[in-house]
Amino acid sequence: MSAIVRAKALRRLFDVSKPWLNRVVEREPKAFLTAVADVDFEIEEGSVYALVGESGSGKSTIGKMVVGLTGPTDGTIEIDGIVITGNDQKAKIAEARTKLQMIFQDPYASLNPRWKVRDIIAEPAKLRGLEIKGLPERLLQKVGLSPEDADKYPHEFSGGQRQRICIARALSSEPKVIVCDEPTSALDVSVQSQVLNLMSDLQEQLGLTYLFISHDLTVVEHMADKIGVLYLGALVEEAPKETLFASPLHPYTRMLFDAAPKLDAFGREVDVPKGEIPDPINPPAGCSFHPRCPLATSKCKKTRPQMRLIGNTRVACHHV
Amino acid sequence: MVQPVLSIKSLVVEIPTRKGVLRPVDRVSYDIFPGEILGIVGESGAGKSMTGNAVIGLLERPAHIVSGDILLSGNPIHNLSASEFRKIRGKKIGMIFQDPLTSLNPLLTVGEQLVETIIEHLAVSKKQAQERAIAALEEVGIPAARERIGSYPHQFSGGMRQRVVIALALCAEPDLVIADEPTTALDVSVQAQIIALLKRLCRERGVGVMLVTHDMGVIAEAADRVAVMYAGRLAELGAVRDVLSDPKHPYTYGLMGSTPLASRGLKRLNQIPGSMPRLGALPEGCAFSPRCEFAQEVCKTGSSPFIANVDAQAACWFPLPHTKSRSSK
Ligand SMILES: Nc1ncnc2c1ncn2[C@@H]1O[C@H](COP(=O)(O)OP(=O)(O)OP(=O)(O)O)[C@@H](O)[C@H]1O
Ligand SMILES: Nc1ncnc2c1ncn2[C@@H]1O[C@H](COP(=O)(O)OP(=O)(O)OP(=O)(O)O)[C@@H](O)[C@H]1O
Ligand code: SF4
Ligand code: SF4
Ligand SMILES: [Mg+2]
Ligand SMILES: [Mg+2]
Repeated sequence: MSAIVRAKALRRLFDVSKPWLNRVVEREPKAFLTAVADVDFEIEEGSVYALVGESGSGKSTIGKMVVGLTGPTDGTIEIDGIVITGNDQKAKIAEARTKLQMIFQDPYASLNPRWKVRDIIAEPAKLRGLEIKGLPERLLQKVGLSPEDADKYPHEFSGGQRQRICIARALSSEPKVIVCDEPTSALDVSVQSQVLNLMSDLQEQLGLTYLFISHDLTVVEHMADKIGVLYLGALVEEAPKETLFASPLHPYTRMLFDAAPKLDAFGREVDVPKGEIPDPINPPAGCSFHPRCPLATSKCKKTRPQMRLIGNTRVACHHV
Repeated sequence: MVQPVLSIKSLVVEIPTRKGVLRPVDRVSYDIFPGEILGIVGESGAGKSMTGNAVIGLLERPAHIVSGDILLSGNPIHNLSASEFRKIRGKKIGMIFQDPLTSLNPLLTVGEQLVETIIEHLAVSKKQAQERAIAALEEVGIPAARERIGSYPHQFSGGMRQRVVIALALCAEPDLVIADEPTTALDVSVQAQIIALLKRLCRERGVGVMLVTHDMGVIAEAADRVAVMYAGRLAELGAVRDVLSDPKHPYTYGLMGSTPLASRGLKRLNQIPGSMPRLGALPEGCAFSPRCEFAQEVCKTGSSPFIANVDAQAACWFPLPHTKSRSSK
């Protein structure tokens, strides 16, 4: 097996400075927010790689960089060996990008309400110059809707059905990699299971690779082969699913696992996690988790831990 | 027997529309006792918020109560006027919503809002109210409460804001708190903090809590009893452990089975076919019958099963036997 997606030292800053005039008057320097900090990962072809982490940890920003919706400040992304983040070899990059598609969390916002479902689904294929006759109808059937739905508009569908339409649309350009950004977070449990099953079936049938973004650990445990845990833009731990769930190493991963509500833990008194995610514009020095970490030492406050390999887990912590 | 803080009896809420009358709440009955957390779960549109809004007198026109009783500590409140309701809200019933900003005034400091509520509802001086406000913020875990009392809502993080809302909901010492998706917008780690806080305060003060959420995990950890709603009706009602690990209603059974946890190790998740019908297109008989794997002829043609007339944990003509429960461990 080989890696179809390779992210190297990915970094993304956002300029969050106040308007120029305010800065001059208040004598403030420019301010930058580090949304993604030196993230490395590889995704094997045909596998599901999940990114988990709480709000603001950089999941969506990474997803957008992988499909090319936004560029990294530093670092590179390779798709099938082609660096898509550079400027040379434009034709090759364009070709590599056709292998990518993205599905978003909000099935309401991501469908143009004035377009018929047929045109929504056909668009990516059209952009790629593929034959689109009969394609929307075929894809609708594939995602469990009926070919007649092609003539309807998005508002005529429920949330779960709209997410199926989003999936059909993503499939129409015949991508190899789909970035799924919280694809079921807006859906009810019973609808979520239908959509997740559909995604698994399609992955198997079409040999797709997923970058699966979610904050729901139970969903990730079901879907993923390998999981990366993000905290404040940095990858803090990465391991195959079984390893991660059996023995989470990083203190943040453990806190996350502990805090997640359990269906069979009636009346459980949780070991309440300490603190909240700090301000990403001025993150703590050293290990950014140290203000909340039960194992933190003075070293953690000064030195940022590097990724190390322990067994088949990669982890960034001084004390595991 | 202890008197319930809230008693809802066969409540019906209707919405007249051009296409006919909808019933977002249909013959719903339950009690909440002091110090108890009753979880309300169900899919989007099942009528969870509508029931809560009926209790606090905040139904939006044209939705209105057509029959049934709502008793607060034994006193009927379903026919109060808007102005009478205003006196109860905040005083006897505290409210926590998904977005803390809907409960907070952006133009007033957190302290001013607390003091205002305390003075309005309790017989205390301004100075005493100030001290109470600080104590309330300390109790919900706002660090340096004395210094932060002069801060505005936007100066707090989302989790801290929700803590302020909880302080506000509890500062007038209500008997009942209605928390509608209080942690849905928060991160797991902050959610765990807020749920633990809610549990502790409710137990310590004997407040009854109606906890509306779509998250079964939150229900399992926080609630004492749970009401499962489906298409405006109560599908199942009982102790959390009974309902979640040994559901009697086929809908609850399907719902529990479709969680990734219940299907752990399976390649595909169990799923319930179809989706919840729209209120304008409810089937005859049992509302769940088109999706129910156990449906019989009578379910589709006879009268609808309701907990009140079935007198059991589940509103179902053929509740699941014990031995049938799916292993969810
Ligand atoms: N266009 C932008 N300008 C400024 N800051 C941004 C922008 N987009 C994202 N950010 C910031 O970058 C950080 C990472 O955001 P991102 O959306 O990637 O997080 P996420 O993990 O997807 O979070 P969520 O779970 O809330 O979707 C956050 O602090 C966010 O506020
Ligand atoms: N003005 C209206 N006209 C028609 N139907 C309405 C109106 N207002 C609400 N409804 C319907 O009433 C039902 C009950 O809604 P309610 O807000 O109680 O659902 P909920 O269980 O709280 O769902 P959610 O989880 O999405 O918050 C929904 O099916 C909704 O579509
Ligand atoms: S490096 Fe230190 S502060 Fe960071 S997670 Fe490890 S022990 Fe905790
Ligand atoms: S009444 Fe019939 S259709 Fe309804 S849940 Fe029970 S068995 Fe299923
Ligand atoms: Mg995101
Ligand atoms: Mg609601």
